Amino acid sequence: MSTKAKFVILLLMFGLVGAAAIGYVWFADIAVLHPKGVIGEKQRDLLWIATFLMLIVVIPVFVLTFAIGWRYRAENAKAKHSPDWDHSFLAECVWWGVPCAIIVILGVYTYKGCHELDPFKPLEAEKEMTIQVVALRWKWLFIYPEQKIATVNFVQFPEKTSIHFEITSDAPMNSFWIPELGGQVYAMSGMRSELYLMANGVGEYRGSSANISGKGFSSMFFTAASTSEEEFSSWVETVRGESPSLGMEEYKKLASPSEYNPPAFYVLGDDGLFNWIVMKYMMPMDGSPHH
Amino acid sequence: MQESLLFGRLTLNAFKRDAIETSVGVSILIGGIAIIALLTYYKKWKWLWSDWLTSLDHKKIGVMYLIVSALMLFKGVVDALMMRAQQVLSVGDSFGYLSSPHYQQLFTAHGTTMIFFVAMGLVFALINFIIPLQIGARDVAFPFLNSLSFWLFAAGSILIIVSLNIGNFSGAGWVAYPPLSGIEYSPGVGIDYWIWSVQISGAGTLLSGVNFLVTILKMRCPGMTLMRMPLFVWTTLVTLVLIIFAFPILTATTGMLTLDRLFGTHFFTSDFGGNPMMYVNLIWAWGHPEVYILVLPAFGIFSEIVPVFSEKRIFGYVSMVWAIVVIAFLSFIVWLHHFFTMGAGANVNAFFGFMTMIIAVPTGVKIFNWLFTMLRGKIHFTSPMLWFMGFVIIFTIGGMDGVLMAVAPVDFQVHNSLFLIAHFHSVIIGGVVFGLFAGFTYWWPKIFGYKLNDKLGEYAAFCWIFGFLLAFIPLYILGLMGATRRLDHYDPATGWFPFFAIALAGALIIFLGIGLQLYQVFTSFKNRKELLDTTGDPWNGRTLEWSTASPPPFYNFAVIPEVHERDPFWSMKHKKKQGRPHYHPIHMPKNSAVGIFIGVFSFLFGFGAIWHILWLAAVSGVGIVACVIARLFNRDTDFHVSVEKIQRIEGR
Repeated sequence: MSTKAKFVILLLMFGLVGAAAIGYVWFADIAVLHPKGVIGEKQRDLLWIATFLMLIVVIPVFVLTFAIGWRYRAENAKAKHSPDWDHSFLAECVWWGVPCAIIVILGVYTYKGCHELDPFKPLEAEKEMTIQVVALRWKWLFIYPEQKIATVNFVQFPEKTSIHFEITSDAPMNSFWIPELGGQVYAMSGMRSELYLMANGVGEYRGSSANISGKGFSSMFFTAASTSEEEFSSWVETVRGESPSLGMEEYKKLASPSEYNPPAFYVLGDDGLFNWIVMKYMMPMDGSPHH
Repeated sequence: MQESLLFGRLTLNAFKRDAIETSVGVSILIGGIAIIALLTYYKKWKWLWSDWLTSLDHKKIGVMYLIVSALMLFKGVVDALMMRAQQVLSVGDSFGYLSSPHYQQLFTAHGTTMIFFVAMGLVFALINFIIPLQIGARDVAFPFLNSLSFWLFAAGSILIIVSLNIGNFSGAGWVAYPPLSGIEYSPGVGIDYWIWSVQISGAGTLLSGVNFLVTILKMRCPGMTLMRMPLFVWTTLVTLVLIIFAFPILTATTGMLTLDRLFGTHFFTSDFGGNPMMYVNLIWAWGHPEVYILVLPAFGIFSEIVPVFSEKRIFGYVSMVWAIVVIAFLSFIVWLHHFFTMGAGANVNAFFGFMTMIIAVPTGVKIFNWLFTMLRGKIHFTSPMLWFMGFVIIFTIGGMDGVLMAVAPVDFQVHNSLFLIAHFHSVIIGGVVFGLFAGFTYWWPKIFGYKLNDKLGEYAAFCWIFGFLLAFIPLYILGLMGATRRLDHYDPATGWFPFFAIALAGALIIFLGIGLQLYQVFTSFKNRKELLDTTGDPWNGRTLEWSTASPPPFYNFAVIPEVHERDPFWSMKHKKKQGRPHYHPIHMPKNSAVGIFIGVFSFLFGFGAIWHILWLAAVSGVGIVACVIARLFNRDTDFHVSVEKIQRIEGR
């Protein structure tokens, strides 16, 4: 095979797959790139800033690889051959210096982003609501301490409201992720992690666990529904009106392993449930709940 | 679980398997029986034992590493194909052909196999074979220790293979986070198989680390100062330092996990004061340097190949050395980027994110230095350079999204998604695997005495590159669509199916590439007469390994070379030939079977520990100690090759 043929094959492979991928990413409605929440949007912006900054180095690398390779192929008698040329102070200054400068700029963005988008940091919003999240084997339990209801594998909240998720686990470690609203945080037993998200409008989004947690891991997905304020209130009323109670006994049944649980709705029977779940790992000697 | 004195928790249930598992087990058995039958038929047992298994020759140990790793590569790739097939078949109402536990064992075994037994094994195959030759030495510093390292590595890989037939493997992912890997959630033997295969082979890796570090520091030929060492030696040296610092962390961490599982301690449990987050920190304090342990030697390989196939000196040698050292240093202060999502706080995340990004700088420097090595060169685009071209593009893509994920808030959106999977396969396949393939093609004539058929090598490289793009570019997109890793089932409404289907097609093209490589090895061996390397220098090489015959005599160099500059063989070739060499008797190690004995005992110890067969663990533990003592008191470990014998071999 001639060198020319090899270059054509390589360029075709990279070119076709690259063009198809870039085209799809550009035009399709991809969750992380077209988020529906304020946190996801800021994370998406950072993603593009970082990408374009890096392209300053990456594109020259791609071009140089093929340009130098083609120009200095052994068959090309016209190309200069300097077998002992092995150093250029200026060139090396450029490729230590330019990437350093880019990394410093990106570092500033990272520092600011880490603080602004710290998942534990409350959002600036007019309204705020708390939802407690418990990862179980293998389903998500959502507790609404203010509305005194609880749900399984379905979470509903009003749009344009800062949702304060308090997250723990009564199972192996999981990760709580709703890609269209924003980034994830681990759910760990004996721990209470926090995540603030806010939906820009009305819609239904897929949420899931991002960390392997045992046999039923693949069934740990849920629907996150963002609705209007009024619709949310009436939904809460419906749940309160016609759902069974979730007390300690029912919780223990719910917490035993099961897969592909359909959405379920409860009236919260025990206000201290979330705290008890967190604290039972902290003080395991106590054994049973104290109420 | 009821445990008997004789068999621990091993019962007949451990042998019960479904149809797929049975077929795997049966084919392994048939393969094993076939090998035994062939060896017996051709009366090759003695040859196998005295020429190979008990050999302390670093070159033969290197070849044995290559064989074990190649077999494990095949297993790891089949694991991957089965996973992708499941993901194509298991959508909506259909649940595929694998149960969730089986699928989870597959991805755990795939990761463990590929990292510990393929990438590490292949890296050590090359380090074993090439390093002593490149520094002009006749063997490693501790030849027996080298054999022991290999046999510990082999014992670990056999444990993984055994888990296919007896009991099952871990399903907790290749880094086995507790509490999932704790006794409460994983009471079976799977995690224990993972622990002991990693633990035993890890001990071998650590011993190799010490061995080759001493070899490089103490056994370089006269005149080879540190700054005259070939870059593969430099990258290996730095890799070994990483191994020596990182692997004890792995040993201690899996050791504590074992204590939690066996003796009810609470290092990593969620309750009674244990802390699973500590495990996650510790495993990545080993795990991140491990990534560089794999990729640095690959950088070294390309640093050898690019100058040779460009007929030009390496560009910016000093920059290259500093880049390696900076990468190694930074690799120890970035581990937290594997779990930004644990909620460590903004400043902690920012620090680790920034440290991670800085690594891109020395890595980029290396790429520019390679490209400028090609500038004004005469480049021969045979298969090693095709691997290099694929490497530059794919590794750069992988590096770019590595930096992307170092921006912690961006990582929150792609962490543990298939985007991450695509990232680390870009750097590990594009970097490590392509580097190793290039390296094996390049050094094959030195190792076996004949070149590989390059046309098939080129086809294989194209298959791998194209297959890689199809298998992993869709994964980047899937990750951005919200698809997480390790899913054995999903809903069609997610729209993921077409991408999984493309990924499976890509995996099959990679598999075709592997088939071509197997055929390449087979047909090159068959036609080795035409591909024979009679000069010892088939590529117009620059470093010392090309100054001796292919394959080298067991003592490597009849006369230890003397070095006056970098690329020593290049300058030797351009100087006038010296007079007749003057030989002296050569001091060499004798064969030893103690390494293989300790390997067998380690395997049995691991098996006993996994199945709680106390007597077996105790007996083999005593056996290991007895072997070590016997070896320590053995004074008859070496011999001298006479001048006549050297003359006879060199005169051929």
